[in-house]
Amino acid sequence: MLHIVACIKQVPDTKIIKMNPKTNTMDRASAPAILNPYDAHAVEEAVRLKKKYGGTVSVLTMGPPPAVKAIKKCIELGADEGYMISDRAFAGADTLATSYALTKALEKIAKQRPIDLVICGKMTIDGDTGQVGPGIARRLNIPPLTGVKKVVEINKEKGYAIVHRKLEDGYEVVQSTLPCLFTVEKDINDISFAPLPNMIKAARYQPTIWTADDLEDVDRKQLGLKGSPTIVSKVWAPPKPEGGELLEGSTKEKVEQLLSLVLAKKELFQ
Amino acid sequence: MNFDDYRGIWVYLEVKDGNIAPVSLELLGAGRQLADKRKTELAGVLIGSGVKPLAQTAVTYGADVVYVYDDPIFAYYRTEPYMRALLDCCEKHKPEVLLYGATPTGKDLASAIATDLPTGLTADTTILDIEEDTGLLLASRPAFGGNIMATILCKKYRPQMATVRPKVMKALPPDPSRTGRIVEEHIALREEEMRTKVLEIVRETTKKARIDEADIIVAGGKGMGSKEGFQLIHQLAEVLGGAVGASRDVVEAGWIDHHHQVGQTGVTVTPKIYFAIGISGAIQHVVGMQNSELIIAINKDPNAPIFQSCHYGIVGDAFEIIPLLIERFKEEIPKVKAAADVKEEIRHA
Repeated sequence: MLHIVACIKQVPDTKIIKMNPKTNTMDRASAPAILNPYDAHAVEEAVRLKKKYGGTVSVLTMGPPPAVKAIKKCIELGADEGYMISDRAFAGADTLATSYALTKALEKIAKQRPIDLVICGKMTIDGDTGQVGPGIARRLNIPPLTGVKKVVEINKEKGYAIVHRKLEDGYEVVQSTLPCLFTVEKDINDISFAPLPNMIKAARYQPTIWTADDLEDVDRKQLGLKGSPTIVSKVWAPPKPEGGELLEGSTKEKVEQLLSLVLAKKELFQ
Repeated sequence: MNFDDYRGIWVYLEVKDGNIAPVSLELLGAGRQLADKRKTELAGVLIGSGVKPLAQTAVTYGADVVYVYDDPIFAYYRTEPYMRALLDCCEKHKPEVLLYGATPTGKDLASAIATDLPTGLTADTTILDIEEDTGLLLASRPAFGGNIMATILCKKYRPQMATVRPKVMKALPPDPSRTGRIVEEHIALREEEMRTKVLEIVRETTKKARIDEADIIVAGGKGMGSKEGFQLIHQLAEVLGGAVGASRDVVEAGWIDHHHQVGQTGVTVTPKIYFAIGISGAIQHVVGMQNSELIIAINKDPNAPIFQSCHYGIVGDAFEIIPLLIERFKEEIPKVKAAADVKEEIRHA
């Protein structure tokens, strides 16, 4: 029986977020909070592996109390257990401090039920770094397998996993010892529709919530803003390019002008 | 941590298909500027099997020093052995700044190194600068889906690390007369201790032109209305012999595979001609194509930000314009070809 933990994050939907042009900060109220789209694929894959090999899927997140909603979404997708670490001490964490706090929570979860596999999304859409997953793997001292686009086999008895890792021009087939950590690509699976029993379970579900004090052997200097080596020194609106020349005239005239601009690069068409 | 012990700008030299990856050459170009400003050395770290001859290439592209780990255990990239080698190099020679290409390999390695050292790591940097007197690296990147730019600092830890987007920095022209030190390094690693093994590498040669290598890219956005409407983008690309690109919206809507996504979370492209059709021009898209030679935008909204980021724009209906363009290109491109053939014949005559 496998114990798979998916690490997830609730994020503002950056596609529709509005910025305050005066302060260059996000107007968080303008964007709905969603389960990070890449993490949904991580949970989906964990649930599929559970169906194939048997076991338990837990999800873990770090966030403010409203992030419970993201865990409920994972329960809808088929996760069995949800864990959340939530504390002001975690606030302002960069990727290094985030991977530290999540690792401490994973260690606590593993004491209750040893972990065979950790799955993370490729990256979050608000942080856009992809650094937390590999960071957790290093801290747990398990192999990180990034860019996983297919899981070929998990063999707990013999203690290995075989996956396809995406390369820039193809993929590689990699075997790793278990336990290990995957970060998964979006094309690893299509998200299934949540069956009704899962929806009902999710509506009532309350995750286990831990504060920093609930975690063991925590070095508080490594948490949150204090434990973050990187700081944002300034934010600014992206430089506005000068803008192009708009072609004028009737549609036909515009098309002809465009044609000569493109065909002027005649070496491309010879 | 005594900051004075940490000196030099370093670039991790990624090896791809037996050569130094283009992004690493670009970083040597960017790193050269930082090193000159800070009046320090530029070093490259080269890890692989049979890679020693490439060290000289790094010198011609601007490196003063190249540290080489050449061993069969590094035959292909794996986090564990590469990380151990680079950590070894950092401990011995203590760089002030360490840069990586923001490629799958560069990001994988940088994330592991940042955790183990530990130090700060800025992802997907697009602008780099350094404070001459303090050596503080100013790494700027688009943030929150490209809605803003943010400058990230790492004040209390060394080395300062960043992954840098490919095709944003410029490589220097290679100078064969440049000289540099090549330092062979060794680390004792045993294959039996490695926990991962690459069983097979599969190269997927797609029939279609690879988007990051195409001379012409026709990219479409949400303005194409539907997957069916998006077919016009494919048709125009085919007539022009170009590749198809897409905005993030379109990929998320499932109209096209994400290999075609251009932008901050997709690929960065620098074709000779880039068409942005029905693409609003969010900065997250623009950062992926802004260095294209000729950018042409077609959008029916005259206020679309894409018109700020193009060389030439047409305000109009793509569904009216593209069919006309296809028709005219079909007539004119063969003429260009024929003219070239005639020239060729005259040359041979």
